[in-house]
Amino acid sequence: MPPIISISNLTKTYASGLQALKSVNLEIRKGEIFGLLGPNGAGKTTLINIVCGIVTATEGMVTVDGHDIVRDYRAARSRIGLVPQELTTDMFETVWATISFSRGLFGCAPDPAHIEKVLRDLSLWEKRKDKIMTLSGGMKRRVLIAKALAHEPEILFLDEPTAGVDVELRRDMWALVRGLRESGVTIILTTHYIDEAEEMADRIGVIHKGQLIVVEGKIELMKKLGKKQLTLNLLEPLISIPLELSDWRLALRAAGHELEYTFDGNEESAGIPTLLKRLSELGIGFKDLNTRQSSLEDIFVSLVSERK
Amino acid sequence: MTNLEFNRHGVWAIYKFEMARARRTLLQSVVTPVITTSLYFVVFGAAIGSRVSEVDGVAYGAFIVPGLVMLSLLTQSIFNASFGIYFPKFTGTIYEILSAPVSYLEIVIAYVGAAATKSILLGLVILATASLFVPIRILHPVWMIAFLVLTAATFSLFGFIIGLWAKSFEQLQFIPLLIVTPLTFLGGAFYSIDMLPPPWRTVTLFNPVVYLISGFRWSFYELSDVSVGVSLAMTLAFFAICLAVVAWIFKTGYRLKS
Repeated sequence: MPPIISISNLTKTYASGLQALKSVNLEIRKGEIFGLLGPNGAGKTTLINIVCGIVTATEGMVTVDGHDIVRDYRAARSRIGLVPQELTTDMFETVWATISFSRGLFGCAPDPAHIEKVLRDLSLWEKRKDKIMTLSGGMKRRVLIAKALAHEPEILFLDEPTAGVDVELRRDMWALVRGLRESGVTIILTTHYIDEAEEMADRIGVIHKGQLIVVEGKIELMKKLGKKQLTLNLLEPLISIPLELSDWRLALRAAGHELEYTFDGNEESAGIPTLLKRLSELGIGFKDLNTRQSSLEDIFVSLVSERK
Repeated sequence: MTNLEFNRHGVWAIYKFEMARARRTLLQSVVTPVITTSLYFVVFGAAIGSRVSEVDGVAYGAFIVPGLVMLSLLTQSIFNASFGIYFPKFTGTIYEILSAPVSYLEIVIAYVGAAATKSILLGLVILATASLFVPIRILHPVWMIAFLVLTAATFSLFGFIIGLWAKSFEQLQFIPLLIVTPLTFLGGAFYSIDMLPPPWRTVTLFNPVVYLISGFRWSFYELSDVSVGVSLAMTLAFFAICLAVVAWIFKTGYRLKS
């Protein structure tokens, strides 16, 4: 299946000289949830804004469902819904009016039934006659999502959708995102909460200083770059690691009270039974053990810090 | 949707949005100009007008009506259109317009159309107010409407440019206050330019507002400082210039897109 969004050699240099994107190549598959991660100022929003038509690319090409975003902008843009990072809303409008406005703006005939559905899905129905300025921050965020969904887009961009949002809304939002994915909508999200990307995304892209450094399926990424750790709480502290254990990557922690074994995620068990056997042969006893798998966050931090 | 289609739903959405804003601020948008115009009548029509009596056979009070309508039409067109596009830039809601499948021409039609509609309605309200004070004749109603619409559209377009250009509320006020207001006052709203000494009469001919007011006044009383054809040509020329500037702004993304 051809990609729904295809980005090639995308470069953006702002008038200030800042190079926000450096020859980015990326393909988004139809129907997936793609998580775009990166530190502040990495170029996530610039990338999204170029695809949506808010920022002009310096070089490169983007197609949306086969339509060039510049030459064939109407076809490209009418397929996209964008939820921006900032809470920018028309304060004096009612919820209903602003969402109807968005639908019209994107070239769709009025459809009160669809707008009602969107409002109900986002728990905004009760607030439809309220002016936006009277709503809380979380409600305004819902309004922005409703606006983006008003024209039934095939692709939804969520730029930091859960920044400053309470737990309940976060959960609602992810339920909504899953529901949209099930109905065939492709979702591209950026987030600071990496656990969220870990939970939601099918594939992950890491962008750093304008360059896309990794694009991988989430599971493969975690397998490839993740590490596992086995920690043993020793009965007696060790002063040094015995020579007999040099086959394993071991380290002593907590003043010799803990023995830590680190191995790659794709090595699977990596000789744990033999390690334990050797330990008992050496008479090194332990009272407790635990294993830990590195999270996407650990991977992200190590990827980004490697390139500092 | 292909590029050749006209996004009528989009244009209508922006137009309706802008008109709704006017309804919310009905007091400022209608009552204020009506009061201002009434004050002009009290001062210029009654107090001063009683001493001037007639200009070219028309009672002074009636003579100033077309000029007063133009005065409000110009300032309100500029204000409505510049504010209409500046405000979304200021709040950030412009993101939605920029990311929508609307062409630049459609954006201009919607914003300028709404601003012009509002100022035309206002011009008619002022005309109605004026008719309470002085008897008004309109000899060429079709031309009167034509000048009204053309001027409202031209200056809404001009205001739209100011709104796109402005980076702050100060800049938004700057051009209307420092350039447009003096030009309208010196544009013959309250006098016939024949009343000026000859060198000033020549200087005045460089003021585009003279042509607007002159043409508009002609449609009322067949009195004009310059010929109607020249008035019409000058207005159309200014309209074309504004349109060219807007096209350039959108083409380059100047102060809209980085």
